[in-house]
Amino acid sequence: MNPVVAPTSQPSAPSASAASGASGASGAPAPVIGLRGAAVRVGGRTLWSGVDLDVRAGEFTAVLGPNGVGKSTLVKVLLGIVPAASGEIRVLDRRPGEAGSRVGYLPQRRSFDPDLRIRGIDVVRLGLDGDRWGVPLPFSRTRRDERERIAEVVELVGASAYAHRPIGQCSGGEQQRLLIAQALVRRPEVLLLDEPLDSLDLPNQSAVAALIGRICHQERVAVVMVAHDVNPILHHLDRVVYIAEGGAVSGTPDEVIDSDTLTRLYGTPVEVLRTRDGRLVVVGQPEAPAVHSDRHAG
Amino acid sequence: MNALLASASASASASASVASAATSGASGMTTSVWAQPFFHHALLAGTFIALAAGLVGYFLVLRAQVFTGDALSHVAFTGAMAALAGGYDLRLGLFVGCVLVALLLAGVGRRGKADDVVIGSAFAWVLGLGSFFLTLYTTSASGLGDGGAGTSVLFGSIFGLDGGQALVAVLVALAVAVAVLLIARPLLFATLDENVAAARGVPVKALGLGFLVLVGVTAGEATQAVGSLLLLGLLAAPAGAAVRLTDRPFHGLALAAGLAVGEMWAGLALSAWIPQCPPSFAVMAAATAVYAATWLRPRRASRSSLVVARG
Ligand SMILES: Nc1ncnc2c1ncn2[C@@H]1O[C@H](COP(=O)(O)OP(=O)(O)OP(=O)(O)O)[C@@H](O)[C@H]1O
Ligand SMILES: [Mg+2]
Repeated sequence: MNPVVAPTSQPSAPSASAASGASGASGAPAPVIGLRGAAVRVGGRTLWSGVDLDVRAGEFTAVLGPNGVGKSTLVKVLLGIVPAASGEIRVLDRRPGEAGSRVGYLPQRRSFDPDLRIRGIDVVRLGLDGDRWGVPLPFSRTRRDERERIAEVVELVGASAYAHRPIGQCSGGEQQRLLIAQALVRRPEVLLLDEPLDSLDLPNQSAVAALIGRICHQERVAVVMVAHDVNPILHHLDRVVYIAEGGAVSGTPDEVIDSDTLTRLYGTPVEVLRTRDGRLVVVGQPEAPAVHSDRHAG
Repeated sequence: MNALLASASASASASASVASAATSGASGMTTSVWAQPFFHHALLAGTFIALAAGLVGYFLVLRAQVFTGDALSHVAFTGAMAALAGGYDLRLGLFVGCVLVALLLAGVGRRGKADDVVIGSAFAWVLGLGSFFLTLYTTSASGLGDGGAGTSVLFGSIFGLDGGQALVAVLVALAVAVAVLLIARPLLFATLDENVAAARGVPVKALGLGFLVLVGVTAGEATQAVGSLLLLGLLAAPAGAAVRLTDRPFHGLALAAGLAVGEMWAGLALSAWIPQCPPSFAVMAAATAVYAATWLRPRRASRSSLVVARG
């Protein structure tokens, strides 16, 4: 029933705590991100609760779910921008928001004003030194190293061809790559990406997904990526958090993206179909966020 | 009280003083203007005022807050008039008015950024208030009120600064310039990339607020040089030109400051040479000419692609 999509296909029961159980092998490194019974409230409404998740160094985790369910909010909780209503949350063994530049962040859907005449490379550079006071001094000792690091990371995301153009003139996909470079430039140990594949065409989606997968697995960066569609990242994934109205399940992609699990999560029949080329299609998932949340509000 | 009024009327007759200085000597009057202490004061104060205006203006343009500068120019007039009507130093009204309203705009707008509707509705009312204070001042019981004070605030009176006033202007402008340079990098981050900057621990809101205070102080400063009606030009024109000339942020910042200072010098020199040409007009003419000239340059897109091709 479960065609192997990810190398990890342990037959463990999918449950809310599957994540912590799944890779509980002895000697496993301490999780870089840990959530225990986390819940969040915005505007007087509980978005999700009872979320358990462990992400270790070099693991690629996707956050999935319908619009408006609180995926971006989960990322903001990990950043410490939105406080958790309950539960325990640790990022790099600290409270959220305290790990500083060890966490890289790419917010959802940003685009620059077409008239903005600042080079892409300068925007990348802000990721490196934007939080430092003063102005960059022309003859400082670290300047050469910084320039090399920026060139390296721009090369890594394949943005060298347009990094010197004003960023407002770059296409959405080009801007996205530059912003990924900005998030990577300080060699973060945790990378939080909110729909980075948004505004990319299909070939670029798989290219950027492969890039992030490579960074994740080779440089041992813990990646948490919010995604709208799981398919472009499916074969890079180690772990999936699926958020639905109120609750969430986490585990390996096989465990979570499964008809039974999602049916239990949503409380309505949901079917996961697999096309012949290995793509997953979720059928019957309640997608309309407004109607859905209205039903549960109050 | 008398001293204050005297200083107000002294600045009111500022532009007249150039003319009189130029015409008093029978011949070689232009050289005499260059040697006059009022010209030296103007040059000194003008240089630093332009420096501060250029630096602040660059971020105003980048943050799309030029309109805020416009609102503050109205406030500058009203603040100065209110101070005169109340019997205080005109500059006190300038600074207090500009900074208070800058804070107000920041408080009303979200995330330390005032939005256009708020500014739009506020500034017309503020200007009306200014004309009320002007009337109050000119028709005040003392009878010493002078309508010229209104003109000097509207159009500037840089040739009317005495040594002490010039020194204060220099010190305040210098403080603004140092403050802008100190916050330049995080402010740039917060301007271009608010969410990431906030996640990185940059105090986005406080920076936006602090920046508006600096804008307020600069507006008060620049009003002394070019007047409240024209101060927007000193804030926006050099910065606008710099933004068009370079796509590197810190080069742009330096260029905006450099252009502003150069335009100030050119304007002061021009009005020293041509007595009929008031300094505010000359400075604005220089600023506008430079800004217009940047539009004559070929499109940068072709230049950037050359750079890419080379690299
Ligand atoms: N500051 C806030 N105050 C009140 N409600 C908020 C706030 N921020 C977010 N919300 C609400 O929380 C819900 C979840 O928002 P969130 O941005 O996390 O959704 P999402 O899962 O990322 O959706 P999408 O797929 O569209 O990006 C939405 O209904 C949103 O309206
Ligand atoms: Mg979102």
